[in-house]
Amino acid sequence: MDDIDRSLLSLLEENCNIPVHEMAVMLECSDEEIIRRRSRLEEEGIIRRYSAVINWEQVDKGAVYAIIELKVSPERDFGYDRIAGRIGRFSNVRDLRLRSGSSDLQLLVTGKSMQEIARFVAEHIAPMECIRETSTHIIMKTYKENGVLYAEREDGKRLPFSF
Amino acid sequence: MLNVKTENACHSHSEKKKRDFVSDKAKSIPPSGIRRFFDLAGEMENIISLGVGEPDYSTPWHICDAAITSIEQGHTAYTSNTGMDLLRKELSRFLSERYKISYNPSNEMIITTGVSEALDIAIRAVINPGDEALVIDPIYVSYAPCVTLAGGVPVPVPCREKDHFRLTADNLMERVTPRSKALILNFPNNPTGAVMRREDLKAISDIAIDHDLVILSDEVYAELTYEGKHCATASIEGLMDRTITLSGFSKAFAMTGWRLGYLCAPPEISAAALKIHQYVMLSAPTMSQYAAIEALKNGEESMLSMVHEYHMRRNLFIDSLNRIGLTCHQPEGAFYAFPSVEKTGLSDYEFAERLITEAEVAVVPGSVFGTGGIGHLRCSYAVSREDLSEAVNRMDGFIQSL
Repeated sequence: MDDIDRSLLSLLEENCNIPVHEMAVMLECSDEEIIRRRSRLEEEGIIRRYSAVINWEQVDKGAVYAIIELKVSPERDFGYDRIAGRIGRFSNVRDLRLRSGSSDLQLLVTGKSMQEIARFVAEHIAPMECIRETSTHIIMKTYKENGVLYAEREDGKRLPFSF
Repeated sequence: MLNVKTENACHSHSEKKKRDFVSDKAKSIPPSGIRRFFDLAGEMENIISLGVGEPDYSTPWHICDAAITSIEQGHTAYTSNTGMDLLRKELSRFLSERYKISYNPSNEMIITTGVSEALDIAIRAVINPGDEALVIDPIYVSYAPCVTLAGGVPVPVPCREKDHFRLTADNLMERVTPRSKALILNFPNNPTGAVMRREDLKAISDIAIDHDLVILSDEVYAELTYEGKHCATASIEGLMDRTITLSGFSKAFAMTGWRLGYLCAPPEISAAALKIHQYVMLSAPTMSQYAAIEALKNGEESMLSMVHEYHMRRNLFIDSLNRIGLTCHQPEGAFYAFPSVEKTGLSDYEFAERLITEAEVAVVPGSVFGTGGIGHLRCSYAVSREDLSEAVNRMDGFIQSL
């Protein structure tokens, strides 16, 4: 992992459709080297996948997102990993993290309605043996996600000419 | 009765011949060379402007936030003439860590309203009527007029393309006379992007010392250096006590509108410049000084990431310009490319004027920056990569149509 790898990752994170040659010129190396480095980063699992950042709120007006916090009793030999593995398999769980503070696991869950999310918590999450407490927070509005601001923003204007 | 009297008074005055109120000095400085381009650009909707001499980034938010907080806390009064203590201390640390030049914050630094003011007061602090100031050419437009306003005589010293637009000892020697008092440098250079490396500065330092010149070194693009590290003029052996270092926050921290610069010089020159600063400016904007403290304390990461982006854009842009036939030396600093239009058979003015009307891309004709810029264009790559490649496509189309 050197500076070129890091720069390459930043470029791809910002826009994974950027042509190879363009990256090669910017980073002062050959096209082949960019391809080789990218393949290696993919194989090493550093690049997990190439995807788009989508503001779903704009598409599915009715979609509901919720943050669910779980207090969990860790299991002997496994700690939080096994329960996290189980929860993570649900496709409506978009993010899952173990965190410090008042609760242990934090999930970001999507659903078509509040009822669907309530049902998911009541039927699938809460009954799990080691879950001690759940607390569900419905998301009202997303302002920024994955480093991208969603709010309408006027960029500063510059004069067309200045010295 | 009173009204009638007043009317009469006006009437009698208007019969007198009115004298010309504008001073000879104001008349002697040239107007901005590209007013025409401003007007043309203003009329176009789809224009991509590479004519801009400032970053396309907004000031990093943590820096803005520091200024907003300072206003909320009521820090809206003047500061000390030299600028806030803490700012000068932070600046002194920044300059010594980054460029190995050490200035005493208590008597060798003045915080100014932009580098523009620093340049003006520095020139006025050292130039006597009739003194010659050697000014590198091409260079940003304001140096020669400032020398003229101070009563001095600007003498252009060519920096040639074959020398990568650097100042060479030979070119400098040719222009030195017994009346030479000052040498004005600006590296990384606006408009060429040229950089003076340590060995280049050493090569001219002997001349400066032999002829007892004071050097005014505008290093506002210092942080935007892409090959190796910026070499400060004052860091060259024997130059510290004859160099005035001028710089500011505009370019490195994307803070052009905050109008904040600084002047660092030996105590006797600083004291002289301070007198002028006291009378014409009093102190630099207070909220901007709070912003600058934040920039120096916590702004390095945002600054480096902007510099990294400019570096990548430079590679992309220079490569593209050479590909479409606008041959271009490799600029090692600032955010300007300075390609030659020689192959197109057009003058830089014609090229720029037709490019803006026929292809809606704005660039600045190089001759605006002195005779050394004739036949070149200043193209800023402080625009998004998308706009940059669209601009190159349009320029390519335009050149093909010639």
